[in-house]
Amino acid sequence: MKNGTNPEADRDQKICLSFNVEGGNFLSAGEASIRLKHTLQHIGYPASLIRRVAVAAYEAEMNIIIHADSGVLKAEVTPEAVTIWAEDKGPGIEDIGLAMQEGYSTAPNYIREMGFGAGMGLPNIKRCADIFEIETHVGIGTKIRIVIFNKQKTN
Amino acid sequence: MKVKELVAALDLTVRSGAAKLERDITGAYVSDLLSDVMSNAREGNVWITLQIHPNIVAVASLLNLAAVIVSRGAEPEEATITKAEEEGIVLLTSREPSFEVAGQLYRLLHKG
Ligand SMILES: Nc1ncnc2c1ncn2[C@@H]1O[C@H](COP(=O)(O)OP(=O)(O)O)[C@@H](O)[C@H]1O
Ligand SMILES: [Mg+2]
Repeated sequence: MKNGTNPEADRDQKICLSFNVEGGNFLSAGEASIRLKHTLQHIGYPASLIRRVAVAAYEAEMNIIIHADSGVLKAEVTPEAVTIWAEDKGPGIEDIGLAMQEGYSTAPNYIREMGFGAGMGLPNIKRCADIFEIETHVGIGTKIRIVIFNKQKTN
Repeated sequence: MKVKELVAALDLTVRSGAAKLERDITGAYVSDLLSDVMSNAREGNVWITLQIHPNIVAVASLLNLAAVIVSRGAEPEEATITKAEEEGIVLLTSREPSFEVAGQLYRLLHKG
């Protein structure tokens, strides 16, 4: 963020954030999403929109940590919308239709015991997003793009 | 109802976030599945769970929950307590199982 003390000035700017996300690193899991959430709070985005961004970003971040080797979570914030890209190097998704079904998960047992792997991540993202795109190549990786519009925008 | 009233009524132990006990509770959610909590718990809710790892702090922070209660005498990991302190999350523990904690909280929240 360029001007940490003047939220109004920030409102007219485009803010870009980028975080590296490491597969298997559960200790710092969620940090990228929390930073994005703090940014939105700082510039005064409505709470309902922040919630949707937080849920979508967290599920996308966790999918890199749970399922991929490494990746990056990027966000672009404007007064009109928040766009999130989650791009990873990893196994990719063989059957997207199956992966989008609530309850479908390939997460191993030790991850399920932590309360992940409920198979609700991608459905949660879809529910929160105005635009949701997924591109995946088996053995190479997965890219998702999420757009959430700021409909309560007044000016 | 404030978090500090909940702590007293249910005889909970405050493990982090002692400065944030004045907050009002908007409701509660019971689940050990993180994605389920992400999609169903609401701002200001108390989350009752058996999970003890640091990821519960990220979930509580992202949803702006009023408190997390780790139930059935489970001991939060050291890293969980440290992270909760850093993020300003109220982390509470109870000896009672989730069902009992939820039942007591339900009565308190819906009595008037
Ligand atoms: N980034 C990813 N890379 C590889 N596979 C993925 C990725 N994201 C999701 N998947 C696949 O889609 C399934 C469903 O994902 P999701 O709905 O988030 O549930 P969960 O993460 O709980 O398994 C996963 O179990 C996995 O097989
Ligand atoms: Mg997932």
